[in-house]
Amino acid sequence: MTDFLEIAGKKISNRLFIGTGKFASYPIMKQALEAAETEVATVALRRVDADLKDKNIIEYIPKPCQVMINTSGARNAEEAVRIARLAKAAGAGNWIKIEVIRDNKYLLPDNLETLKAVEILVKENFIVFPYMCPDLSIGRRMAQAGASAVMPLGSPIGSNRGIKTRELIEIMINEINVPIIVDAGLGKPSQACECMELGSAAVLVNTAIAVADDPVKMAKAFSTAVCAGRLAYLSGIPVTSKFANASSPLTGFLGGKK
Amino acid sequence: MVVSINGRPEEIKMQSNLAELISNKGLCADNLVIEHNSVIVPKHKWQKIALKENDFIEIVSFVGGG
Repeated sequence: MTDFLEIAGKKISNRLFIGTGKFASYPIMKQALEAAETEVATVALRRVDADLKDKNIIEYIPKPCQVMINTSGARNAEEAVRIARLAKAAGAGNWIKIEVIRDNKYLLPDNLETLKAVEILVKENFIVFPYMCPDLSIGRRMAQAGASAVMPLGSPIGSNRGIKTRELIEIMINEINVPIIVDAGLGKPSQACECMELGSAAVLVNTAIAVADDPVKMAKAFSTAVCAGRLAYLSGIPVTSKFANASSPLTGFLGGKK
Repeated sequence: MVVSINGRPEEIKMQSNLAELISNKGLCADNLVIEHNSVIVPKHKWQKIALKENDFIEIVSFVGGG
């Protein structure tokens, strides 16, 4: 059976999306993306520092990989739209992770401004992926407005705390008819696997891979865990029970001596 | 004359255009995008945009991000 996540005509077989921030170097980032065989990688847009003469990160993203530009730094819908338009003009395509954040302590997104940005950018033919606080009503409205997927957070960005919002994300997975991609806060492969077992269409991981002692191995570990979680979800996870259900037959026991 | 580049005032030569500005700064034009007075300027028009005193220029590019 071939299992694809199809978004905007692109068939994605690897459901681990990787963020490219915080890596020690671009070559290490490239090795990590290759080791994970990731097909979607996020980047950010920033002012050029002419003194640093930074290398072009796009050259270090393996060619089959779809680049998704985030709108980090945007504090309202208008700024997110501006960043998306600049990113498109820079030639990196039209896949945009909409990220609108006004809260510096927890980096929690502003759902209402994010929804506004979705509405504007969809009309301009962007493929949009709103990063949001898990909320069924807003998620539905984002999907109705034309978001290609909705990206609820597992826990605050870079916190490595896992899927603390599990109950709300599970409801979104069950009720919203676009892919749900868990983004942010996943600190180890088992947590990514848990998201996939729940029925998340994909996960986006950055910090946990980039800051690992060996980012290349960690990328591979996340990729394997995402694959395992997806297989488990497709296989049908059994219900839980309060009491034991014997795995061995309960008949045919040996008799004791009389 | 003085223009604002990425939020900082900078002295540049008179009669410069955007293409010359990027070249003089030693920047590679790949994946760069320029906003000139809040309007995005496509690369093929960089040479046609003559800079004027007090222009606002933003030069942005891609960096790592999640």
